[in-house]
Amino acid sequence: MTSGMKTITVRYFAVFREHAGVAEEVRRTTATTAHDVFEETRDRHGSREPNGHCKVAINDHMAHWETPVNDGDTVLLFPPVAGG
Amino acid sequence: MIEVTRDPIDPFALQQSLANPAAGGYCAFEGWVRNENEGNEVERLEYEAYDPLVIEEGEKVLVEARERFPYLSARCVHRVGLLEIGECAVWVGVASKHRDEAFKACRYIIDEIKQRLPIWKKEHYANGDSGWVNCERCASHGSAAAIAD
Repeated sequence: MTSGMKTITVRYFAVFREHAGVAEEVRRTTATTAHDVFEETRDRHGSREPNGHCKVAINDHMAHWETPVNDGDTVLLFPPVAGG
Repeated sequence: MIEVTRDPIDPFALQQSLANPAAGGYCAFEGWVRNENEGNEVERLEYEAYDPLVIEEGEKVLVEARERFPYLSARCVHRVGLLEIGECAVWVGVASKHRDEAFKACRYIIDEIKQRLPIWKKEHYANGDSGWVNCERCASHGSAAAIAD
């Protein structure tokens, strides 16, 4: 394995899923944080919004943009929420 | 307890589930589907949720509310799927010894739910367009951009 290279699953929700055209995908990446994944997939989810308005979860737990991403992780990218 | 359901919400049944002889107050909030948003005529709403984290984060909200405003019991149900005008999209109920805790906990729970839980709302407009609420600036595709105008 190339140094720093990892395989992760990225899941898209709501408007992100519609923009990406897929609900999830497996990616080979050198991303070290959730923020890196957000930036790397910008062309997929199409977000121009500062990522502070979006939320991220890793392996089904809410995370922060600085949270490290490890090989095998599933990163869930949530557009701005609107419940209620 | 927090739940996500695809079925219509029955507020009366939910109210009964909070019945408690020690409760002297009960407060509920119902969020209904409205026929207009920001000048657009809305025909129906479509809700999507990521259930595992709605439950995890929602339970944290209920615990926080109890710490701030000690209540006896609280419950929240959020509907997903396609909803028509007037239908109940979210229900929050709190039973407490006195009214103050019920009012305040209910308000805290619905406010946090709207800000924190992974739930999304797509408006379907009378003119045939649709758009994800709060996402008008976050995606560049046509339908979402349309409601930013």
